[in-house]
Amino acid sequence: MEINSTRERLAGSKSLQAGLLAAFVVVTSGAVYLMDKSVLAFLLLLGSLLLLYYTGFSNGIKWASAGILLLLVIPFAASGGSSHEAYMEVAAQCGIYVAMALGLNIVVGFAGLLDMGFVAFFAVGAYTYGIFATAQANNFIPGSLFPLPGGSFWIFILLGGFMAGIFGILLGLPVLRVKGDYLAIVTLGFGEIIRIIFNNMEKPINITNGAMGLSSIQPPDLFGFKFTFPHQFYFIVIGILAVVIFAVRRLEHSRLGRSWKAVRENEIAAQSMGIPLIRTKLTAFAIGASFSGMMGVVFAAKQTFIDPTSFTLVESTTILVMVVLGGMGSVPGVILGASLVTILNLQVLTELTSALNALSNNGYIGIPTALSPSKMQRLIFGLILILFAIFRPNGLIRARNRKVSLESVAGSGVYPAPAGRAAIRK
Amino acid sequence: MNDILHTLPQVLIDGLALGAIYAVVALGYTMVYGILELINFAHGEIFMTGAFVGTAVLLAAQGTGLAASLPPWLFYLLIMLIAMMFTGALGVGIERVAYRPLRKAPKLISLIAAFGVSFVLQDVVRFIAELRTGNYIVSSSSLYGERMSLPASSISSLFGDATVKTNTLIILGAALLLMVALDRFVNRSKWGVAMRAVAQDRETASLMSINVNKVIVLTFFIGSALGGATGVLFAQQYGTIDPYIGFILGMKAFTAAVLGGIGNIRGAMFGGFVIGILEMFASSNLGTLTGGSFGAEYKDVFAFSILIIVLIFKPEGLFGRAVKEKV
Repeated sequence: MEINSTRERLAGSKSLQAGLLAAFVVVTSGAVYLMDKSVLAFLLLLGSLLLLYYTGFSNGIKWASAGILLLLVIPFAASGGSSHEAYMEVAAQCGIYVAMALGLNIVVGFAGLLDMGFVAFFAVGAYTYGIFATAQANNFIPGSLFPLPGGSFWIFILLGGFMAGIFGILLGLPVLRVKGDYLAIVTLGFGEIIRIIFNNMEKPINITNGAMGLSSIQPPDLFGFKFTFPHQFYFIVIGILAVVIFAVRRLEHSRLGRSWKAVRENEIAAQSMGIPLIRTKLTAFAIGASFSGMMGVVFAAKQTFIDPTSFTLVESTTILVMVVLGGMGSVPGVILGASLVTILNLQVLTELTSALNALSNNGYIGIPTALSPSKMQRLIFGLILILFAIFRPNGLIRARNRKVSLESVAGSGVYPAPAGRAAIRK
Repeated sequence: MNDILHTLPQVLIDGLALGAIYAVVALGYTMVYGILELINFAHGEIFMTGAFVGTAVLLAAQGTGLAASLPPWLFYLLIMLIAMMFTGALGVGIERVAYRPLRKAPKLISLIAAFGVSFVLQDVVRFIAELRTGNYIVSSSSLYGERMSLPASSISSLFGDATVKTNTLIILGAALLLMVALDRFVNRSKWGVAMRAVAQDRETASLMSINVNKVIVLTFFIGSALGGATGVLFAQQYGTIDPYIGFILGMKAFTAAVLGGIGNIRGAMFGGFVIGILEMFASSNLGTLTGGSFGAEYKDVFAFSILIIVLIFKPEGLFGRAVKEKV
């Protein structure tokens, strides 16, 4: 009773919500700022974005406050202690994974095509920048033109996305014509194959430098300002992420987005309503892949070193887990899922491992290294996939279709009342 | 060219052994797909579990001296039976826990669950192996490791001699035996008829008083037991195993199943041998054929390209029937 009435009061009053949220942000950001390295406080600060999502404000206010939180509050709060770069590294990595998960969400969530080698497109993007932003490209393009200056990074964001999209189409063309289950295994194979190819393309022409990887990749450069630290990359990531989120939300309710969902629900019915099956699936594949490719470019620039071991099956699965955990087809869900999994990976598991190591070093308990949490990714991800598939296939935040009332449709004039031929529009 | 001919006998022998392994693993994929229309991603991991169980039994028995008291063939048989029982039960358990609740769910969801199962199995096996031996890569001795020479050069001077492990012959024999037994079982026995009926139309089969759940459980048991047996053969042949062998091998076996026509048992056997021999051929000759620019490390790429080519030109496989989807 008590809880229910509180909840009702909270739901009713926006000023109360705003006050609580502001208090929460102030307390957590203060904690992050003052304490040296507190993972918990930082997590709670990020959690304020989730609270914001559940407030009753209009979308405009929510986006504006999210922008303030992401661009001002979080960078400022993190800058307090010695672990500034560590915090921002996690936040930047989070953003990269959110964008990739949103890309995979288009393929798996909207179009219902199971892509299990998604990291391949990330690799394509990363190598696109990596090869040309190091001396590597001199091996197959005459004239010592390379490495390209850091200013080219901004063009390469688009190029990386484009290349990944091309690869998506190349992979999709043969496979999308056959039944859906094959797609899963072919993409699974492709993810592995692309790694093998990148691992061995140092002969006959040295393109990827094989297992040695590409090192000292040029940092991005904006009018002479060089981006080298994670807290600088954070802003690039947030910028791209904003574009990606905007694009995804526009796409979801567009004609194309509705076709994707129709294909997902029933291919044959969708086809008989005039949706071109192959083209619709291919665009989903290409757009999803291009998001991943763009973030690949950022990743390459941020790490300044890439090699094939960053693009394994576990990475692909991580992205799939993000989508399944958050809710297939649900944009806020996928953002939440991606953040949760990234933080679990980068913060929680490593912290737990070092805590356990400290305990067993002091001789309190003997934890064998085989059981160290940072090695348990496969188990955790596998369990998440199974449990969510069985008990919560819609994920943490379920996808909702936009509801359109009949009156607004009739009034808007987009679909005029059926009167002769005018009603039949393309 | 001469090099290729010279190594051909050895390539064929090794290819046959590998192909036999692919063929039996492919059977597991094809049987489950035939009945549930589900790619059982975990099947590669079941194969891997079989390899680990077999090796564990072998190492344990060698530790206690039990191995010395039994004749080696009986011991081999015993290991295989234990591994088969274990993986069979594991397959049934997986079906019960992860697949049965999702039988009516969209395909996407059950595929995701299947994928999750395979990840969990990999890690659980790694735990146990690492806890017991300190390393997840486990080596064991081969019971029938001795080699004999096959004088292929006496047929024609173009060919070089090949060496054959006794275990290679055991693999071929065991694989053939298992495949013939399965083929007989499915085509002749009462349960086999029930299995085919369920594969054709689950609802109608249940109206004909076939216990569909029992048939599915039986399918999983047989398919997984075959996978486990192959795991033991694999571990005996190659000596070293790790928890991640099931993934790529499973994918190639699946390619074999697709090549032969998924759901078709004889097709899967044929596909397995084709993929095995082609892969061995590629891995020993790619370097020679391309003048050293592409080496044996591309053999996995090669198997994968076969899958893509089959899917483009003959998605129903060599022996499968094209199925039109009905509304």
